[in-house]
Amino acid sequence: MTPSTIAILVEGRRRRRRQWMIVIWSLAALACALCFAMLCLGTTIYPVKDVLRALAGEQLKGVSFAVQTLRLPRMLAGLFAGFAFGIAGNTFQTMLRNPLASPNMIGITAGSSAAAVYCIIIVHTSEFVVSVTSIIAGLLTVMLLYFLSRRGSFSVGRLILIGIGIEAMLSAAITYMLKIGAQYDIPTAFRWLSGSLNGSQMSELPPLVIAVAVFAPLVMLLSRHLSLLELGEQAASSLGLNADRTRVALIIGAVCMIALATATTGPIAFVAFLAGPIAKRLVGIGFSSVLPAGLVGVNLVLASDLIGQFAFEIRFPVGVITGILGAPYLIYLLIRMNRKGDF
Amino acid sequence: MIVPIPTTDPPQAAHAPRHLALVLVAGIVLLGVCIVASLALGSKMLSWQQLMNAIVHPGTDDYATAIIHKRIARTVFSLCCGGALGVSGALMQAVTRNPIADPSILGVNTGAALFVVCGIAFLHIGSPGPYISLALVGAAVTAVFVFGIGSLGRGGPTPIKLILAGAATSAALSSLVSAIMIPRTDVIDQFRYWQVGSVGSGSWDTLVLFAPFLVLGVAAGFLTAPALNALALGDEAASGLGVRTGTLRAIAALAGVVLCGATTAVAGPIAFVGLLATHLMRLFLGPDLRYVIPLAALAGAIVLTLSDVCGRLIGSPGELEVGVVTAFIGAPILIILAMRSKVRSL
Repeated sequence: MTPSTIAILVEGRRRRRRQWMIVIWSLAALACALCFAMLCLGTTIYPVKDVLRALAGEQLKGVSFAVQTLRLPRMLAGLFAGFAFGIAGNTFQTMLRNPLASPNMIGITAGSSAAAVYCIIIVHTSEFVVSVTSIIAGLLTVMLLYFLSRRGSFSVGRLILIGIGIEAMLSAAITYMLKIGAQYDIPTAFRWLSGSLNGSQMSELPPLVIAVAVFAPLVMLLSRHLSLLELGEQAASSLGLNADRTRVALIIGAVCMIALATATTGPIAFVAFLAGPIAKRLVGIGFSSVLPAGLVGVNLVLASDLIGQFAFEIRFPVGVITGILGAPYLIYLLIRMNRKGDF
Repeated sequence: MIVPIPTTDPPQAAHAPRHLALVLVAGIVLLGVCIVASLALGSKMLSWQQLMNAIVHPGTDDYATAIIHKRIARTVFSLCCGGALGVSGALMQAVTRNPIADPSILGVNTGAALFVVCGIAFLHIGSPGPYISLALVGAAVTAVFVFGIGSLGRGGPTPIKLILAGAATSAALSSLVSAIMIPRTDVIDQFRYWQVGSVGSGSWDTLVLFAPFLVLGVAAGFLTAPALNALALGDEAASGLGVRTGTLRAIAALAGVVLCGATTAVAGPIAFVGLLATHLMRLFLGPDLRYVIPLAALAGAIVLTLSDVCGRLIGSPGELEVGVVTAFIGAPILIILAMRSKVRSL
C-alpha cells in the first residue's frame, strides 16, 4: 500500500469516526430534550426552571409532587427501559445475524413477562423476587430455544420459527394469568400485553437501573467481539475470539436487561426490534451500534410515550404507539429482506 | 374445458388410507365424548340424569334445562367453527403447498378482527350480520397482502417467509386493534372478544348467519380435494393431468378465506386449530386430501370443542377464552414442525 492510500483510509476512518460522534451526540441531545419534555408536560405544564428547582429538592407547591412522584419515575422508567431494550435487542439481532431475531419476536420477552406476571399478579412477591424470577425465566427461555433449534443442523430461520411458537404459548399463559388475576383491571392487563409506563414508581426502578449500569458497559466492552461474531462463527474463531464464551456473556447481559426492563414496564412492543436496525442505518458499517441502539431505544420510548399521552384525546399506553409505529417498519424490513433473498 | 377423467387418478390414491376406518370410529367416539362433555361440564356441573332429563323433556322449566339449552347452542356453534377452521387450514396448506399455513399464522384472523373492530368503532355497526361481510373483506385483504409479501424474492412463498410475513402483519394489526379498543372502555367487553377468540357468544341466531358460509366453504373444499391432490405434484404435472391450476387455486384459497373470515366474524380470532387438525389427520391418513379435508373438519370440531370445555374448566367460575387454550396446545405443533423440517425447505 502506498502512503497515499493509507492516508485516504485514515482520512475515511476519521470521517466516519466523526460521523459516529455526531450521531451519538445528537441522539443524546434529543434524549435529553425528551426527558425534560416528559418532566415539564402534563395536565399542567411547568416551566423548566420550576422543574429543575423541584428536582434539586426544593418544595414548590404542586410542582414537587407532580415532578418527583409522578413524572420523574415515569421518565426514568422510560429512559432505562428504552436503553435496555435497545441494547439487548441489538445484541440478539447482531449475534444471530438477522434483524427479525429480536427478543420479543423469539419469545424471550414473553418468558420474562410471564414470570413477572406470575410473581406480581398471582403470588404478590417482593420486587427482588420479581427481578430474579424474570431473569431466570428469560435465561430458561433462551436455553429452551437453543436446545430445540439445535437438533439437526442449526439455522436462524428454524430458531425464529420455534421462537414464534414459544412466544405464542407464553402469551397464551400470560393471558390466562391476567384472566384469573386481574380480570377487570384493564390498565394492568395492557401493561403486560403491550407495555406501559403508567403507574411507574420509584421503588420499582433500582433493579433495572443496576442491571443497565452493570450490563450495558459489559455489552459495550464486548461490542468489538460482537462485530467479529457478525462475520460468522469460523471467521470469529480464526480471528482469535472465544466465540462461545463471548456469546454466553452477551446473552446473559442482554437477557438480564430485557428481563428487568420487562418486569418494570411490561414488554414495550417493537422497541427492541426497531432500535438496532435504525442505529445501524445511522452509524453505518464499521462502528459499534451498541450505544446508538440504546439511545435510539430511549428516544423511541420517550417520544412514543409523549405521543401516547398528548397527541390524542385519550391517553394511550406507550406500547400501543410503538406497536403502531413499529409494525409498518417490520413489514418494510420483511419486504426488503425477501427481495434481497435473505431467506 | 377439459373434463378431469376419473381414471387419471394415481392408482394408489384409489385405495382408502390404511387407518381410515380406525380414525373415523375414533373420531366419531371422540366427537360424542366432546358433545357430552360440552353439555355437562362448565362452571355449573350437571349430572347425567339432569342431562338426559333436559333432552328427553325439553319443555321442563328448570335451571338445568335452561343451562343445557344454552350449552347446546354453544356446542353446535363450536363444532361448526372448529370444522370451518379445520377445513380452512387444510385448504390453505394445500394451496400454498406449505405445511405451516394456518389462518392464524398467516394473520388472516387478525385482519378480519381489525375490520370488524373498525366497523364497530367508526361505522357504529352493532349487529352480527354486517360483521361477517366486514370480516370476509378483512380476511381476504390480509390474505392477499401476506401472501404478496411472503412470495417476494427468490423461491416464492417458502414457509419461513410466509410465517414471518404473517407474524409481522398480525403484530401490526393487533396493535391497531388495541389502539381502537383502548379509548372505548365502556364497550371493552364487546371488544375484548375480538382480541382473543371465544365461542361463548354462540347462539342459534349467529349460527344461522354463519351457516351459508360454512356450507359453501366446506362444499368447495370437498369438491376441490381431488384436483388439489394433483396440485401437490407441482403446477406442471397438475396442468398435465387436466387441472386448471389458476382457477383451482383461486377457488380453494377463496373457500379457505371465507371459512376463516366467517369464523372470525362470529367467534373472534382463534389460533392454530387449522394447523393442529390438518397435521393430526395427515399423520394418520397420509397426504390424500380427499380424506384429509373432510376429516380435518371432524378433527377441528373436536379440538375446538375440547379446548372450549378445557377453557371453561380451567377458568371456572368464569371461563378462559377458547383462543387462549388453542394457542397453548397448538403452538407446540408449530415448534415440532419447525424442528423437523429441513433447513433448505425453510
